[in-house]
Amino acid sequence: MRREPPKTFGDYAPLLFPAGMLTIFFVVPFGTMIAVSFFQRQQGGFYTPAFVFDNYARFLSAFFGGVLGFSLMLAIAVAVCCVVLALPFTYLLTRMARSVQVLWLVALLSVLSLSEVIIGFAWSTLFSRTAGITNVLVALGIMSEAKALTPSFAAVLTGMVYQAFPYTVLVLFPALVRLDPTLTEAARTLGASPLKAFFTVVVPALRNTITATLIMVFIFALGSYLLPQLLGRPQHWTLSVLITDQAIYQSNMPFAAAMAVFLVLVTLGLVALTVVAGRRGEAA
Amino acid sequence: MKINSIKRRTLLGAGLAGAAALAMPAVLRAQDRSLKVGVYGGYFKDSFDKNIFPDFTKATGIAIESVAEPTGEAWLVQLEQAARAGQAPADVSMMSQVAMLKGQSTELWTPIDMARIKNSSYLLDRFINKYPDGRVAGVGAVSWYITLVTNTNVYKEPPTSWEAFWDPANADKLGLLALVSNSFLLEVTAKTFMGGTDALDTEEGILKAFDKLAEVKPNVRLWYRDEAQFEQALKSGEIPMGQYYHDVTGLAAAEGHPVRSTFPKEGGIQDSGCWALSRASQKVEEAHIFIDYMCQPAIQATLSRKVGTSPTVKRESTDLTDQEFAAVSSDIEPIIPRYDLYQTKSDWLNQKWTELIVG
Repeated sequence: MRREPPKTFGDYAPLLFPAGMLTIFFVVPFGTMIAVSFFQRQQGGFYTPAFVFDNYARFLSAFFGGVLGFSLMLAIAVAVCCVVLALPFTYLLTRMARSVQVLWLVALLSVLSLSEVIIGFAWSTLFSRTAGITNVLVALGIMSEAKALTPSFAAVLTGMVYQAFPYTVLVLFPALVRLDPTLTEAARTLGASPLKAFFTVVVPALRNTITATLIMVFIFALGSYLLPQLLGRPQHWTLSVLITDQAIYQSNMPFAAAMAVFLVLVTLGLVALTVVAGRRGEAA
Repeated sequence: MKINSIKRRTLLGAGLAGAAALAMPAVLRAQDRSLKVGVYGGYFKDSFDKNIFPDFTKATGIAIESVAEPTGEAWLVQLEQAARAGQAPADVSMMSQVAMLKGQSTELWTPIDMARIKNSSYLLDRFINKYPDGRVAGVGAVSWYITLVTNTNVYKEPPTSWEAFWDPANADKLGLLALVSNSFLLEVTAKTFMGGTDALDTEEGILKAFDKLAEVKPNVRLWYRDEAQFEQALKSGEIPMGQYYHDVTGLAAAEGHPVRSTFPKEGGIQDSGCWALSRASQKVEEAHIFIDYMCQPAIQATLSRKVGTSPTVKRESTDLTDQEFAAVSSDIEPIIPRYDLYQTKSDWLNQKWTELIVG
């Protein structure tokens, strides 16, 4: 059966439901947030409808610039780590027996069922001085005394990579499964080592998938606000942590909204840049 | 781990509880006398439901529908928005002092007629929250202390002063609350080094306190918002010193954990909650009866014994023994937070504070 392109209004009807949902649960709240970001903050009270730029002006400072820069850097680091780890892993996984694949995928899916709170507490215990993994190293004679690995940047990064890793594998998996195995076989018969075949054939063939995965993990990591608090020092707090502070603890909705709008704009800008750069690379 | 005991001041899930409370239809029939009372969800609400509300209904015939409210300012925002629509998700709510002041700015609280609160004579003055023109906005419900806590395995001798936070020997050992408006560390700094919280009257004074407080930073391992995180680390000795709630620390010690709570010689930080009546509520009569009932010394003593809060009435009026009183309070003059600052200078303080700990 050949699929016809939709012609009449009726053909588009199934789209109405997702479009409606998107409007109600995304467009309207986002519009409200943009509106609130221009409202006037009443210190020691609430806010009044207005059209002022104060909230954006307050954000434009070296301090918040630094926090924003750190948040972006952290999200990029998480995305790169995830893809670097997940790509070879998923590639090897697709070459395994069906039953092994199912086992791994179920295990990864079960990680997704863990909440951010549980992941944060588990890692802070694993990284602690009193009950953490350094005690095992001491018992093995590798370290002389147990020490705390948290709070630190490495702890935050580990926690966030752990959290995003299953998503990364699940996004890469379909593309790698569909990858024509004759490509690598051809490379091998032409004398390439498995490693060389992976880097010269598999990775370039998947360039678009890899870019898309990087963007997805980047955006996923940008919204993280619990793990940086649980595993990091204050200098490792992301912009999302400060947004939460303003919204929940300071009841300063206009400023929180302005920061959130700014974060969304910067994110969209970076994603657009990546896509454009990707197209250029393809054309060249 | 007693997650339960700490829920009243944490925020996890509290927003949900608030939303559910808003969505809940009024199940009580109109002809019954009833009152919706908001108390912090979790441990507080459970304790009140078990130890306080049934006796109140027996004594007055007024049924209580307790509503779990979130801490922080989320509940204030919900009450305010509901009041604009003429709704009261709770008639009487337990509110923090900063929330009381913010609610005052929009006349959210119906003034309480103190002539109808016969038991108000027992109250300590500092627990009566007033509008600038003298009308009473809220009446003290419970109070609690934030004290200097230590792990007994790591610190064999209890510290005696807040100065311990500044001691270079305690590098990377402290757990402190992460927000200017709930840690009250500016007040602690002022009381310990600047002769009292009056030193915070001027911006210069506040900046000086910030400078002094900056010296604590190298000693801080954890700035916590989530109480469970610090409590666990304190019990294990991972983070052996910090500021924490006296009542919960006492419960943990009673369960055999190696922790202790000390009132420093400068005093513990005394924070408190008020009963306040939403302007959208029609139950003014019932609310006054309820608040009057809660001000009885006997009820305050019950709260101390069963909930672990410190009485808002004069100690002499209660029948608490020395031991019972020591478990929830201290005779050392407490540090009273400068709530006014968190209203008049909240954004400035928050900005300076965030720059201090993040920068």
